[in-house]
Amino acid sequence: MASAGLDPLSGPFANVGEQGLAEFRFTVDAINKRGGVLGGRKLEVIGFDNKVSPQESLNQLKRVIDQDIRYITQGNSSAVAGALIEAVNRHNERNPGKEILYLNYAAVDPAFTNDKCSFWHFRFDANADMKMESLTTWMAGQKNIKKVYLLNQDYSFGHAVKKAARELLARKRPDIQIVGDDLHPLGKVSDFAPYVAKIKASGADGVITGNWGNDMSLLVKAGREAGLDVIWYTYYAGGLGTPTAMGEAAAGKVKIIAEYHSNVANNKAAKWDADYRKQAPKGNPDFYFLRGKIMWDMFAKALNQAKSADAKAVALALEGMKHEGELGEVEMRKSDHQLIQPLYIMTLVKSAAKGGPKEAKIDLEGSGLAPVTEARLEAYTSAQPTSCAMKRP
Amino acid sequence: MEFFLVQTLNGISYGLLLFMLSSGLTLVFSLMGVLNFAHASFYMLGAYFAFQVSAKIGFWPALVAAPLLVGAIGMLVERWGLRQVHKHGHVAELLFTFGLAYLIEEAVHLIWGRSAVEYRVPAELDGPLFRIIGSQYPIYRGFMMLVSVTVLVTIWLALTRTRIGLVIQAALTHPQTVEALGHNVPRVFMLVFGGGCALAGLAGVIGGNAFVTEPGMAAAVGPIIFVIVVVGGMGSLAGAFVASLLIGCMQTFAVSLDWSLAGIKISQVAPVLPYLLMVLLLIFRPKGLMGTREG
Repeated sequence: MASAGLDPLSGPFANVGEQGLAEFRFTVDAINKRGGVLGGRKLEVIGFDNKVSPQESLNQLKRVIDQDIRYITQGNSSAVAGALIEAVNRHNERNPGKEILYLNYAAVDPAFTNDKCSFWHFRFDANADMKMESLTTWMAGQKNIKKVYLLNQDYSFGHAVKKAARELLARKRPDIQIVGDDLHPLGKVSDFAPYVAKIKASGADGVITGNWGNDMSLLVKAGREAGLDVIWYTYYAGGLGTPTAMGEAAAGKVKIIAEYHSNVANNKAAKWDADYRKQAPKGNPDFYFLRGKIMWDMFAKALNQAKSADAKAVALALEGMKHEGELGEVEMRKSDHQLIQPLYIMTLVKSAAKGGPKEAKIDLEGSGLAPVTEARLEAYTSAQPTSCAMKRP
Repeated sequence: MEFFLVQTLNGISYGLLLFMLSSGLTLVFSLMGVLNFAHASFYMLGAYFAFQVSAKIGFWPALVAAPLLVGAIGMLVERWGLRQVHKHGHVAELLFTFGLAYLIEEAVHLIWGRSAVEYRVPAELDGPLFRIIGSQYPIYRGFMMLVSVTVLVTIWLALTRTRIGLVIQAALTHPQTVEALGHNVPRVFMLVFGGGCALAGLAGVIGGNAFVTEPGMAAAVGPIIFVIVVVGGMGSLAGAFVASLLIGCMQTFAVSLDWSLAGIKISQVAPVLPYLLMVLLLIFRPKGLMGTREG
């Protein structure tokens, strides 16, 4: 049974798309080895290159529909996700009985589980507001933070990060000054030196950024070269070339908010993580998307519960589903199709092998930087009220 | 003040890299009338070759070997590709280079994959060059400037002070006469095309590790070097130099300014400004800043 993975497989964000696809295939293989779904049918993930362009994604969606594939997954770029949600809604309205289900593992614009929520869309990543809620809850206790700078990509997700950071900091730590707030075009900046000089001049002690892929690595690389001494509060500094670009100089300087890292305590995915590493594609050694594993496990469970491959039946089985995740129970909230899960704040430190703390066992990309837990935020911390008025078929 | 100084240096070093890229393009255009759409692809090849060579024998040999390799490929392309297409006119040549850009990109995908490769600044050039009141300026940026200025001076000397330079200049305007004087004009074309490609390759060697080496890098700089050539004036080397610095500084300072117009900050539109400049220039001064021919 085929699912389509629509993500960048060429261009500046190709590495991001390829990493997701490799991990999904690993998970799906494991599900197939356990006996597959619906009494023996095998799952399969086929990659479609959407070049992170909303327009190209719609073209690829047509191909997916032509090949009679009913399940799609996508994660990179909320601009793409917004276009896909609309297209899927329209398709499903016009083609009853041939509905498409959209599993979102990383596009975190809060709108998709609020005013733009859709019965056909399920989000397995904590949205930008949930992550910012958790991050600022933690930051509120860090008294040494005085001045922060916001630098984000100029599209719906970057705007969401910026807005949430401003609102939540004003509420939880009104004494923190926001000394700068910039948006830059997505994937178009090759030289971040001017931005870094500006951050430096602002006197910021921390930078909050939602940047991902090359936009993240090039930013920290420029920061390192210019000797910029700040703490980076990030969503996505944990993989895809960023740790390599930062190098050991970044030890202690980078915080990440995410649902997983390899050195987490009581990790029931430890063996899974180790097995993945053994066969990981060259250049992308780390296991990154625990939420991807949870997504496919829950999807397989929903198929089996629904006893049908029909998208509507699967969607009904998936909403409200509780699942014993590797790091605690998660729930696909019925009201807005947002997964509620525990999150972690982590700090990148020197790995144990390089003289860092004992728990920093596994480093990222062989960079000598390893994540350690700063705080675990239980699922309820990040759960947000929703304005979603779900239209069910 | 310190901020202004750092930003100026950032703008100049980026501008000089752009110049190295566009100088080859504008030279080839002035000599052969061919707007080489594949020019940025040679920049990408330079970066990938440098990555490969530096992984084997180090960065310094790569700095020499990679541009030479790219130049050799450029000459082969001219000799066995462009020259054959030339007789069918400029449109055919344009289409040829357009197709070539795609071929090179796909070849890069096949050989090195679609992700960025691990091409890093060598350890001896990694670190601060000097400090200005708390801001440090990286050695590598200084190195980029040094290489670019050296190249600029070398081309200028080669074009004005050497015999081959004089032949090239003469062939610019009077190819038939130069041929009648017994010079091998097609070979001059081949050398210039190869030289232009080698310059792009050299820009790739030093730009690939300063920024990122990935298959999208050609497409990322492609449009901007065309803007530089148009703004500077088609075929004008001095024009390309001025335009490169202008655009490098313009983009840098647009980022620094917090002015906003109707809710949109200048820094948000920074990447569009060069294109705005090009459009305005084409309307009000179609020959470019220092171009000699109209339109």
